[in-house]
Amino acid sequence: MKKEIIISGFGGQGVLSMGKILAYSGLMEDKEVTWMPAYGPEQRGGTANVTVIVSDERISSPVLSKYDIAIVLNQPSLDKFESRVKPGGILIYEGNGIINPPTRTDIDIYRIDAMDKAAELKNTKVFNMIVLGGMLKVSPVVSENGVEKALFKTLPERHHKLIPLNMEAIKIGGDIMQKQ
Amino acid sequence: MKEDIIAPENLVYEKPSLMNDTPMHYCPGCSHGVVHKLVAEVIEEMGMQDKAVGVSPVGCSVFAYRYIDIDWSEAAHGRAPAVATGIKRCWPDRLVFTYQGDGDLACIGTAETIHALNRGENITIIFINNAIYGMTGGQMAPTTLLGQKTVTCPYGRTPELHGYPLKMTEIAATLQGTCYVTRQSVDTVAAIRSAKKAIRKAFEASMQGKGSSLVEITSTCNSGWKLSPVKANEWLREKMFEFYPKGDLKNTIDE
Amino acid sequence: MKGNEAIAHAAIRCGCDAYFGYPITPQSEVIETLAELKPWETTGMVVLQAESEVASINMVYGAAGAGKKVFTSSSSPGVALMQEGISYMAGAELPGVFINVQRGGPGLGTIQPSQSDYFQSTRGGGNGDYYVIVLAPSSVQEMADFMDLAFTLAFKYRMPAMILSDGVIGQMMEKVVLPPVKPRRTEEEIKKECPWATFGRTPDRKPNIITSLELQPEVMEIRNQKLLKKYELVKENEVRYETSQCEDADYLFVAFGSAARISEKAMELAREDGLKVGLFRPITLWPFPDKQLEALAKGKKGVLSVEINAGQMVEDVRLATHGTVPVEHFGRLGGIVPDPEEIVNSLKENIKSGRFNG
Repeated sequence: MKKEIIISGFGGQGVLSMGKILAYSGLMEDKEVTWMPAYGPEQRGGTANVTVIVSDERISSPVLSKYDIAIVLNQPSLDKFESRVKPGGILIYEGNGIINPPTRTDIDIYRIDAMDKAAELKNTKVFNMIVLGGMLKVSPVVSENGVEKALFKTLPERHHKLIPLNMEAIKIGGDIMQKQ
Repeated sequence: MKEDIIAPENLVYEKPSLMNDTPMHYCPGCSHGVVHKLVAEVIEEMGMQDKAVGVSPVGCSVFAYRYIDIDWSEAAHGRAPAVATGIKRCWPDRLVFTYQGDGDLACIGTAETIHALNRGENITIIFINNAIYGMTGGQMAPTTLLGQKTVTCPYGRTPELHGYPLKMTEIAATLQGTCYVTRQSVDTVAAIRSAKKAIRKAFEASMQGKGSSLVEITSTCNSGWKLSPVKANEWLREKMFEFYPKGDLKNTIDE
Repeated sequence: MKGNEAIAHAAIRCGCDAYFGYPITPQSEVIETLAELKPWETTGMVVLQAESEVASINMVYGAAGAGKKVFTSSSSPGVALMQEGISYMAGAELPGVFINVQRGGPGLGTIQPSQSDYFQSTRGGGNGDYYVIVLAPSSVQEMADFMDLAFTLAFKYRMPAMILSDGVIGQMMEKVVLPPVKPRRTEEEIKKECPWATFGRTPDRKPNIITSLELQPEVMEIRNQKLLKKYELVKENEVRYETSQCEDADYLFVAFGSAARISEKAMELAREDGLKVGLFRPITLWPFPDKQLEALAKGKKGVLSVEINAGQMVEDVRLATHGTVPVEHFGRLGGIVPDPEEIVNSLKENIKSGRFNG
């Protein structure tokens, strides 16, 4: 198994940390992982993206041109990465703020309204975990157990009380995926 | 050999044992030799021969390491305070000092000097200010006085063309990291005694972890100034002391 | 963890005495991680943020001259500023390690990854006749592993050693097994290992002097020759490289650092297309594995030097193969990292145009 994933959106949407949790989850399951950010402007509100590869075997390039899964959280990201999903791959987009939805027919396209759901839960911070949950529903790259372990590993101890909430968000994400 | 001709009971003055017999390359009348002797004497009197590490600059005193028998690190131009920082941080119980001229300390190494002093590194900076570049042949220094002639301001230093002389010692006194900042000279026996006390005080402060010290020795460069040694001393007292007044600028050691 | 973080962890674990550095993207995590780990409370390692890269490298000069295991890190523009100190260290024969997490230039350039400091790194970098040992990690694991190796080589030969990384390797996260813990050396051990060091002259020896200065040409020439002799020894003993699928290959990719990772993927893609490609990865860029490359490249139909620059290592590839095989370069600039497909396309283009033998 090897999954090559791109996650892209605005800085502040939790793109890098979503990728980080995904990568750590893979690590917890003893898989090979790479996490490669397009660094720099992400801390300053520009667009951010990160390539995460989770594999059972040694990973060569951390930088890719084609992906198995693209998670796009804004229009510029959709415009950039729709064409870069491998045929038969998966494209997941956040419904909010997408004016021109994806049009390809040779890939599986899902819409997830994670922003609305997070607002409904009155906790916008779990937005990226909802999205991650959505992805894991359609492509279980890592297990929920792995995600939980990763959260314990990456969150500072004072935030560990928030882990159940995050795991709940993962579940909710799975429930609100809409196949297009 | 000296033992053969000098009876021990008649000996009233001796070269410090840390000074070796290498003939100095300094010009006759230069202040460097006297300051070297003071440094050697103080290290010896403090019993720090085994723990002293000097950092020599680029400039006339680049070869300071040839004359005083302690460990020395020869720094790039202006970087002596950074080199000293590296040594002292790694060997905190060593006596670490730099020996720098005005071009090295107040020009190319201004940043390193100010930041080492401002961090309060437990080092001593000995600053030889003779208002000229001696080694490279008498060019204008950052401390060259207004009106003073050098080969790069042959008609005299003017603010319009060259800017103003820099008072690094006064700047050092404003920095929180310094504990002792003083301006001395070695033009008279009394001045030499005072300068020696100042060097000792600074060295002791650095060993007690009280912060940085800067000891400026306002000096002569008779070759660069194109004066006889005696005339150079007169010019020093007349012109240099007027702009660079002697005395302690800061002393928080005993606070 | 990130490559930059791995450097910090590995440094503490390999018994490093001090770090002096100045923040610059994309390597600031080195000093940030060290500050967070507070090694001064555990191993006693010194961590100091200097006022500039110039000061950092001169602090390294001072501490290395005093026998300590000490390093600094920066990125391209900062490493350019350090060249003065590195040249002095080479001249004074000081062991020390510095890390360049490269970004694109010239000038302020970009903060994105690049490999455009290859020339600077492998040709000494500052003034005078000298070289530094250059290790090029291509994974986070190697970032961690090369820390100790760089110190070992630096002390073995009394010369600066450099880890030439780039924004990709510095910023990416992957699995890493941290090296075993080595205690910092005691004063006695330092004294034994570095009898030349300046940390106080004990009565049993003459004063030690660290300097690169010698005004007598005849003596200076002898010093230069001594350095050259040492460099010959390094060339004989310390060449490191890695190969992958070269035996049956018609074509070779030659690449280092992150470009080697990307080229490995390109090799997989090319083989899927029926093109037999192998990969040669120099690990030491100086000394360059020229004899090994020459032997491997013999009889191949073409060699493509893949770099994230305008064509720098390709000169060494051409020198190594001296006209026996066609050699071309592929690279992206400006902080753009080439993707694997582009590399395959470049190979195909070289075959189609006849620059490589069909």
